[in-house]
Parts: sequence; C-alpha cells; structure tokens
Amino acid sequence: MEFIEQVLNGLGQGSIFALVALGYSMVYGIVQLINFAHGDIIMVGGYTAFVTFITFGMPLWLAVIISILVCAAVGLIIERVAYHRLIVHNAARISLLITALGVSIFLQNLFMLIFGAEPKHISTLFPMETIKLGNTELSSNTILNIVVSVIMMIGLQLLVNKTKIGKAMQASSEDAGAAKLMGINTNQVVAFTFMVGSALAAVGAILYCNTYSQIKPTMGNFLGLKAFVAAVLGGIGSIPGAMLGGYIIGIADSLTKAYVSSTLNDAVVFGILILMLSVKPTGIMGGDRREKV
Amino acid sequence: MNILKKKTGVYYLINAVLVAALFLVLIIVINTGTLNGYYTDILTFALINIVLAVSLNLVTGILGQLVLGHAGFMLVGAYAAALFTKNSELSLTVAFPIGLVLSGLFAAICGVVIGLPALRLRGDYLAIITLGFGEIIRVIANNLKITNGAMGLRGIDSLSNRNNPGAMFTYAFFIAVVVIFLMFTFVRSRHGRAVISIREDEIAAESMGINTTYYKMFAFVLAAFIAGIAGGVYAHHVGVIDPAKFDFNRSVEILIMVVLGGMGSITGSVISASVLTILPELLRDFSQYRMLIYSVILICLMLFKPSGLLGRYEISVPGLLHALIKKIKNKKSGEV
Repeated sequence: MEFIEQVLNGLGQGSIFALVALGYSMVYGIVQLINFAHGDIIMVGGYTAFVTFITFGMPLWLAVIISILVCAAVGLIIERVAYHRLIVHNAARISLLITALGVSIFLQNLFMLIFGAEPKHISTLFPMETIKLGNTELSSNTILNIVVSVIMMIGLQLLVNKTKIGKAMQASSEDAGAAKLMGINTNQVVAFTFMVGSALAAVGAILYCNTYSQIKPTMGNFLGLKAFVAAVLGGIGSIPGAMLGGYIIGIADSLTKAYVSSTLNDAVVFGILILMLSVKPTGIMGGDRREKV
Repeated sequence: MNILKKKTGVYYLINAVLVAALFLVLIIVINTGTLNGYYTDILTFALINIVLAVSLNLVTGILGQLVLGHAGFMLVGAYAAALFTKNSELSLTVAFPIGLVLSGLFAAICGVVIGLPALRLRGDYLAIITLGFGEIIRVIANNLKITNGAMGLRGIDSLSNRNNPGAMFTYAFFIAVVVIFLMFTFVRSRHGRAVISIREDEIAAESMGINTTYYKMFAFVLAAFIAGIAGGVYAHHVGVIDPAKFDFNRSVEILIMVVLGGMGSITGSVISASVLTILPELLRDFSQYRMLIYSVILICLMLFKPSGLLGRYEISVPGLLHALIKKIKNKKSGEV
C-alpha cells in the first residue's frame, strides 16, 4: 500500500510541476525562450501569499487573488522591461537566455535582501482532514493539487482553442511573421502569454505553500528546473504534454525519495531529461518541428 | 608574404618579452614580501578566474553555446587533483602536476558524457543540461564517501610556503599564459575557424561540410579540460574544498566575466576576470549586494550592448605599438 501512497504523493507534487511547466511551455512555444525567471515567479507568488495572508491577515480568497494578480503583473513587467526589446530586435538567442538568467538572479537576490535568506513558515492554507481509503492514507492536499491542476489545464486548453486570443497565440507560435501579416498584434500576444503563464505559476505557488508550508528565496530554482524538465519531457509547446510530464516527474521524484535515496531525486530527474533528449528530443507529445533554413 | 611572416615573429617576440617581464616583476615583488600573502592570494585567484573565463569563452563566445555548469567541471577537477595528491606517496612537487593532468582528464570525461546528448540538440538544451549537470555533480559530491560529503576535503597541501611564497602563483601564471596562448592559436587555426562558423550559422556551416557535432564536442570538451585544471589549481590554492563552493552562483560568476568582457574576446575575458576578482575584494562591505549588481549588469549589457564591453575586439600590445609607430611616421612625413 505504501507504493500507491507514494505514487499519489508524486501525483500531488507533480501537479505543481505541471502548473509551472504549462507556463514554460507556453512561453517557449511563442518566443522560443527558456524563461529562467519563471521559477522565481512562483517564489514571488509564495511571498505575496505570505505577506497578504500571514503578515496582513487578509482572508484567504483575497490573498489568492492578490497573488495571482501580482504574479501576472510581475510577468508582464519582466516581459516589457527585460525581454521586449530583445524579442522585437530579433536578438541572438544566447542574449535572451542570459537576460532571463539575469532576471532570475535579480529576483532571488532582491527577495533575499528584503525577506532574508532563511525559509519563512506559512501555515497550511486549506486545512483539511486526511482521507482513508482502506489501508491507504491520502492527504487531502494531494487531491486538491490534482483537481486544481486538471481544472487549470482544461481552462487553458479552452482558452487556447476556443477564444480569439488563444487562436492568435497558436498562430504566433506557428509562424510569427505570417501571424503579423494576418493582422495579429504579436506584441500583445507575447505579453498576454507571459501574463497567463505567470498567473498559472501563482496558482502553483499557492498549492506549493499549502503542501510544503515553507518558502524561501531560492525555492524557484529547483522547482523551475524540474518543471522545465517536465515541459521538455511532455513535449514543449503542448499543454496536455506539460501536464503529463509534470505527473511523471512528480512520481519519479517521490518514488526515488521513498525507495532509493532522499538526496538523489534531483539527479534522477535530470537523468530522465538527458535520456529523453537523447531518445526523442521533441518529447512524448511534441510534434515534429523542423527547422527552416 | 615575407614581411607578414616577419611581423608575426616580431609580435610573438614582443608578447613573450612582455609576459616574461610581467612575471619577473610580480614574482620579485612577491618573493621579497613587498606584496603580502593576502594580495598574492587574490592575484592567484584572479589568474585561476582568468583560466576559467577564457575556457568558458571558448564555448560561449567562440562556439556560441550557453553553458551554465562550468563550476561543475571545476568541482570534478578540484576533487580529482586533491584526492590524488592526498593519497599518493609521491612528493607534492611531482604529484601536483600529475594531479592537474588527472583533473583535466576527469573533467574532460564528464564533458564527453554531458556533451554527447546535449550537443546534438539546439543550444537552449545545452544550457539546461549543463545546469542540471552542475547540480547533479554537486549532489553526488555531497553524498559520496570518497569526497567526504558536505564536509568536503581539508588539509590539501599548497606548494607555497614561507620560503617560497610564489609557488602557486607561478603555476597559476604559467597555466594562464599557456591557456591564453592556446586559445589565440586555436581561434586562428582551421579548427577554430570551423568553430566560429558554427557560431555564425550552424546550418550553413554544416552544408559547407563542417562536422558540426565533432567541432561542438571538441570545443566543449577542451573547455571542460581547462576548467578541470583550473579547479585542480584552485583546490591546492585554498586547501579546503567542499561542494557548496562550486554551486550555480559560481558558474554564473564565470559567465558574467565572459559576458562583461565580450563574448568572443579573449583579452576581454582576461581583463574582466581580473577586475571582477579584485574589485569585490576591495568592496567587501557591499558583498551582499554583489549578485544583485551582477544581475543588473547582465540585463543592461544584454539590452544595450549584447556583445559585451570589448565585443569581439582583441587588445594587442604589439598591435597598439604598431599603430602608434605608424601614426608618428605619418605625422613626420606630413611635416616634411
């Protein structure tokens, strides 16, 4: 029974990775940029929840909404200040990557200066009882994580496939130049994508706080990296792929912790990435992307 | 043609004389105690950083691929050299050079293992994989018995002692000189031009018959080899190493040296590595703001001068002299 428990734990953890992976995947699909700062946006969301919920004692629903809004705003500001100029000028990819790295280090160190490097404790946001199914004990957080992540994915899928802006996103991702010729304001689309991705990261941050009840300025580093691995594993640019990748990474992570070693889980996750890239670089659900000359 | 050949010979001669003079001045200043131990240490660190920055520049500047785990190769080299000299029966003067070769080889093997899957793909994946590698190698060093876990290795003997305070400096200096010389000759060789062509346009390079995977691998492994040697020197210089010294921030520091100096400019890396090692020592009071300032520098550089301060320009003393002489000559002929 322990095995099933570990798998479910992994699914719960994987849901958070999946939400973050969605943001990576969307941004990568449109501007071909690995947004290193995406993991740190979760950190921003976590600290916003901490300040609003614990320090100011606001009601939970307000804290959640404020975190989502703050994250979306931060995502938008990052895009406008740091990336916009480079994207418009069609700068070398290495410049974009270095900028993203700079933004990530900046956010981490800024929050370290403001809040200190030591972790902050945040009480469980949604206190609920453990559920027993026969011999299996199931944390209600796990179920909450899975349900929220699935709802988010369905919502995102609808947004991308059914709305006008979603179709504009698809078009820009397919061919930005042609999309521009068809009258799509690609600048707006890019900004919108960053906002949606960051808002999803905020949801991930709330779930993270609820599950682990502590936050620190460098928490985005590894969360972001694992989520990126999840995005690559599922096939970058694909929404269900990002979810699937997130769940797989979550389960692999939790099984390694339980049965192999509590410290080697990071190594296993990257092992999966290296293996995946050597076998099928486009990911499980990724289509075949050919490079145009 | 003859004149050109003669000129390169003269250039080499001038450079050799200048390097020898610089070394003599520094070593005399160190050995007579005019420059105390603290400053000698900083100088040696600057040289180690120069080696690291130049080796990263080979991949990031000249090959055009972002590597975020350079400290990982340094870690491998540092542990390889330290474990060898600690466990071998040979005297340190013999064991140290062998240890350095070993550290380079081990780092190069890691480079092959990482590079094989990563270099076949587009550049962004290399950044992530090397970042992952840097973290994995740190986690492994934290858990292995032979590396003594998070405690790290202590009491690694330094070649320097009271009678010979400049021994480590001498090693670092000559390794730096050899590495810089190798880089210059490499970039101007056939292989170097092939690597540059990959940076400029990979698809075009491939269609011209250049084996892109081979050359990417070559540059990457060479950089790992050099970083490993730098790690070996570093371990023996500080005497105490632990995995936390080689974390992601260390990789970023090396990257900033390369980006600031100019991606593709070897002299740029040398200058910025020296400045970025010596300046933080002088500004210790602001050390908590260091990474914050670094990140702002990175973003601003990419936004306003993506090629770095020097771009791809190389500073050359003989070249400057030549230009100066030409100017004076022109002036004289103008007067007449």
